Amino acid sequence: MTMLQGFQIALHALRLNPLRSFLTMLGIVIGVASIVTVFAIGAGAQLRLQEQIRSIGANVLMITPGAVYQGGVRLKEGSKLTMTESDVQAILEQIPEIQAAAGSIAGTAQVIHESKNWNTTINGTTTGHFMVRDWQLASGRYFSATEEAGAGKVVVLGSTVARELFAPGADPIGAQVRIMKVPLEVVGVLDRKGPAQDDVAFVPLTTAKLRFLGSASNINRDSVAYIIAKVTADSQMAGARSEIENLLRQRHRILAGQEDDFKVQDPAAAMEAQQGAIRTVALLLVAIASVSLLVGGISIMNVMIVSVTERTREIGIRRALGGRMRDIRLQFLCEALVLCLLGGIIGVAGGVTLSMTVARMAGWITSIDGEAIGLALVFSIATGLTFGFYPAHKASKLSPIEALKTE
Amino acid sequence: MTGLLPLISLRSVCRTYRADGIAVTAVRNVSFDIDPGEILAVMGPSGSGKSTLMNMIGLLDLPSEGAIYLEGANVAELSEDRRSSLRARSIGFVFQSYNLLARHNAIENVALPLVYCGVGRKERLTRAEQSLEAVGMLHRASHFPRQLSGGEQQRVAIARALIASPLIVLADEPTGALDSRTGAEILALLAALNRSGQTIVMITHDPGIATQCRRTIRLHDGELVSDETPALVPAKRSVAP
Ligand SMILES: Nc1ncnc2c1ncn2[C@@H]1O[C@H](COP(=O)(O)OP(=O)(O)OP(=O)(O)O)[C@@H](O)[C@H]1O
Ligand SMILES: [Mg+2]
Repeated sequence: MTMLQGFQIALHALRLNPLRSFLTMLGIVIGVASIVTVFAIGAGAQLRLQEQIRSIGANVLMITPGAVYQGGVRLKEGSKLTMTESDVQAILEQIPEIQAAAGSIAGTAQVIHESKNWNTTINGTTTGHFMVRDWQLASGRYFSATEEAGAGKVVVLGSTVARELFAPGADPIGAQVRIMKVPLEVVGVLDRKGPAQDDVAFVPLTTAKLRFLGSASNINRDSVAYIIAKVTADSQMAGARSEIENLLRQRHRILAGQEDDFKVQDPAAAMEAQQGAIRTVALLLVAIASVSLLVGGISIMNVMIVSVTERTREIGIRRALGGRMRDIRLQFLCEALVLCLLGGIIGVAGGVTLSMTVARMAGWITSIDGEAIGLALVFSIATGLTFGFYPAHKASKLSPIEALKTE
Repeated sequence: MTGLLPLISLRSVCRTYRADGIAVTAVRNVSFDIDPGEILAVMGPSGSGKSTLMNMIGLLDLPSEGAIYLEGANVAELSEDRRSSLRARSIGFVFQSYNLLARHNAIENVALPLVYCGVGRKERLTRAEQSLEAVGMLHRASHFPRQLSGGEQQRVAIARALIASPLIVLADEPTGALDSRTGAEILALLAALNRSGQTIVMITHDPGIATQCRRTIRLHDGELVSDETPALVPAKRSVAP
């Protein structure tokens, strides 16, 4: 008897009792679906983080406002803009390891071009911002010194904004767009950096303050919302960080023992740590899902043992008609395998559907790769072989004469 | 004497069952030969060892002592797998309770031994049709056992026994579950097969059936008590030494 015949006999037997076959494979279905979903969500989260890490740029430190005290009351972190443009200047001039630095303020506004409009983040900054983030131009140029000093009416668009406002193939450079009724000339379009990063429009910091965001109550003429700074080499990150802390503490007149009104962060390192955490959680979830696979395997073994008992006479007949012990073993092993493989395939389909639903409903990025699917199927085949072997072996060991005597 | 090798030779065959420390000897020191083309009835009271003997001839069981030779080869010296494939190719079983697979239709049941001969599906079905035709059951090919009468099921079972053109057909009380008329039809079918050259060994309780066979072996308490070839039919072979 060949493998193919074994599968044919198995399919024939399983079709006769579809409900029982389905219930038997349910454990495998659930286990495989969980594994595929967990893999997809975990891989999606990792992808998103990696993209964020990449988009920050290499060796970047980020300085954000810390907690501040006003009249003895501790205000929430970031509730007051404590950093200034002169802090940026000081960092650049006094710390040799800092290669580039820029302050930013940001808000949300609508950008209009002819009949099209798009809501996006408006980031007021200096050309240093692009240097810090290693962000290249797709076309055009960054801000000129005159534009930065004199609140020039210019804008550099992120690729998403350019795509939404301009027809494919049209050159946005030199075109006029409007933000809050202010006409601006598009001088540059940025390279793509990732879906979460490209939805932005940059204007000179002076322009943002003067024309868009300056009216906000907690912004004074000199302050910025956050500063990003690029360190020359990875090995100098820690040194540069403490130098910035010392410098700012001195400039902000913070006494020893007093809490800083700013925070210096290494976003890439923080995200890498987060990535490790995601991996651990995903592994844990896969382990839990594997338990369901194990339970599924045991349920298949149970049903197969019952099936062998029920079909003892059939086994006797097959042996009398020339079936070898290994043919009987193959027949029952094929049945367990078909159950597991079918369960695995249904499980993969279920897992793919589930993770796509999660992606749509929760807005998470999920990533389904062939490797995870292959792994899940290999797992289910292994389950079939492991838990199908004992019942199949038992069936093959039956004495044909005794088997023929049973009712 | 034909001078040819007998198809099957039994030499001092014993079969002892051991259960709970008690030894039951079901077959005791039995020796005889079966020649090609013979039709042989095995008779004896219940429990005399007929089925036990038949199982050994059919390679489902081995003697505790003595030896069985199939075409000169001691079957105990063959591997279990080899005996299985000999069952598929050289032996056709017919049982009192038909033993068709309930979940397969007639033609699939008939084709089953060929699965274990490694014959492809298409050829299996063609040969199964021929075999069903030979027992007059082709018109019921797609019917399931529960849709067939006892006699019809037994015909399908005979078609299954014949499909691999076996050296010998072993029938254990093939008419035991049938009424006398249907039984007679099955018997006529087996007799016709024998006339066309098929070797048949048949266990029966019915002396009337036994007289229709050329040769009758009688067992009592596991021992062979007589081996007769009635005078009215020309003798083909005398008792084994
Ligand atoms: N597996 C077994 N274990 C123990 N004793 C057995 C076993 N199989 C058969 N026997 C005994 O062997 C003896 C012969 O049994 P067998 O089935 O060969 O008789 P039989 O002639 O075919 O009887 P019947 O006409 O009722 O079918 C009986 O006494 C029976 O109890
Ligand atoms: Mg019997």
